[in-house]
Amino acid sequence: MSTALSRPHVASTSSKLTLVLGVASLLGLAVLLVFSFVLTDPDQRVFERGADLEPLLTGQGDAVRLLYVHFPVAMVTYIAFTLNAIGSIAVLWKKSTWWDNTAAAAAEVGVLFCGLTLATGSIWGRPIWNTWWKWGDVRLMTTTILFLIFIGYLAYRRTMSDSRVRAKRSAVVGLIGAINIPIVYKSVDWWQNRTLHQQSTLRNRSVEDLTLFTMIFGMVVFMAIFAWLMVHRFRIGWLEHQTETVGLEAAIIERRAQTSAAISDAVTDSRSSAETGSD
Amino acid sequence: MREIWALARKDLRIEARSKVVATQIVPFAMVILVLFGLALDADSRTLRDLAPGLFWVATLFASVLAIQRSIAVETISSTFEALRLSGAPAWKLFAGKALAVAIQLLAIETVLGLGIVVLYRSSFQDPVLIVTAAVAATIAIASAGSLYGVLAVGMGVRDTILPMLLLPIMMPVLVAATRAFGDGLGTAALNGWTWAGLLGLLAVVYATAGALAYAVVIEDT
Repeated sequence: MSTALSRPHVASTSSKLTLVLGVASLLGLAVLLVFSFVLTDPDQRVFERGADLEPLLTGQGDAVRLLYVHFPVAMVTYIAFTLNAIGSIAVLWKKSTWWDNTAAAAAEVGVLFCGLTLATGSIWGRPIWNTWWKWGDVRLMTTTILFLIFIGYLAYRRTMSDSRVRAKRSAVVGLIGAINIPIVYKSVDWWQNRTLHQQSTLRNRSVEDLTLFTMIFGMVVFMAIFAWLMVHRFRIGWLEHQTETVGLEAAIIERRAQTSAAISDAVTDSRSSAETGSD
Repeated sequence: MREIWALARKDLRIEARSKVVATQIVPFAMVILVLFGLALDADSRTLRDLAPGLFWVATLFASVLAIQRSIAVETISSTFEALRLSGAPAWKLFAGKALAVAIQLLAIETVLGLGIVVLYRSSFQDPVLIVTAAVAATIAIASAGSLYGVLAVGMGVRDTILPMLLLPIMMPVLVAATRAFGDGLGTAALNGWTWAGLLGLLAVVYATAGALAYAVVIEDT
């Protein structure tokens, strides 16, 4: 144990897997940019609407390109928070450190992606909805409240030093946050009962094949980035856990060794001085 | 039921003697009402229209203090251990603590209710709806608060964390209670009883979650 501690360079979060995953993610991101900005066309569709409304509604133009990022990061956000909920259940059920670490990593990466979802959505909303922010839009409000709940979760994790207590209590906070998601969704839905968000365009197949491909490719790329960050964050958490438990034990053993060495030195000294004295 | 009431009565008796809620938290809630009046230019029409939201924001802020006080009476003299030694199941301990908080919150809300009538010129058009919504919202706040209050104590947890844990999950309660009061105070044309129903559902959800989770979290206080 003390050998491992004396060689801190061994404690790295990278491996061949993360190297491959990282390079693949970055290359994928570059390819996604080419697809989003060069190969796909701006949204120039024209929709016919009822006679009482403005008769024609044009598509989103170049702003549609932002959705190749916004939609995948939003999906990854929800996957991350679902993973946190699964991890929290596993912690309470099996008292597993591995799952606690997974839940913590998922929450942290999830908050990052949630922030990106809000930011990209806001930038997209400016030209399309003509506003940065829309109170009452059910998905925007749900995502915002989710963002705040999980910032609270991360802040809460940082307040405790005992890893066993932290795991258990954070699991309760994470689960109550998760229970709250459908409640928030439903209450905002009732509150304003309107959304500016478009309904699923993928389902009714009104998009072109290349647009659809870019969207799905974006999902794959951001899932890879998510996995890459998760592995690193999980390993950091694991090393922190090792420092807390193994590190403390090693420090105690080392200290005891020093103390017993000092005691035996003192005993030897006193014996030799006693012998010298008797001579 | 006797154990729950005994525990709630203990907290209420401590309050009757220490008067922390009466002399600090209720005046704090009134200060918030006055601050809103000053910040919003004291236009009586605006204040009357916004009264439901301002009332519930003031209540939520005051509830953070009331919950911190409810937990402090146990931690100051380390009596959480004594509560656990009493042999009562964890859910009863939870119910007792939450009941005491709920009663104190209802007292705070009564004063705030008078406050909005006097300061914001509100009028209670549907008192039954107002009282029903207030009771349901109070049970939801007291339940979630009593659980999070315990989560925010002991084992080196900093007590500054409570508002950041509690207030985001109370947003559905804020939305529903504001709508119900909007109808009850006649400032919004909507069906307040639907929102009171949602508040009832929220009260059940948070009370159940608190009762189930209390056993897990009280172990390490």
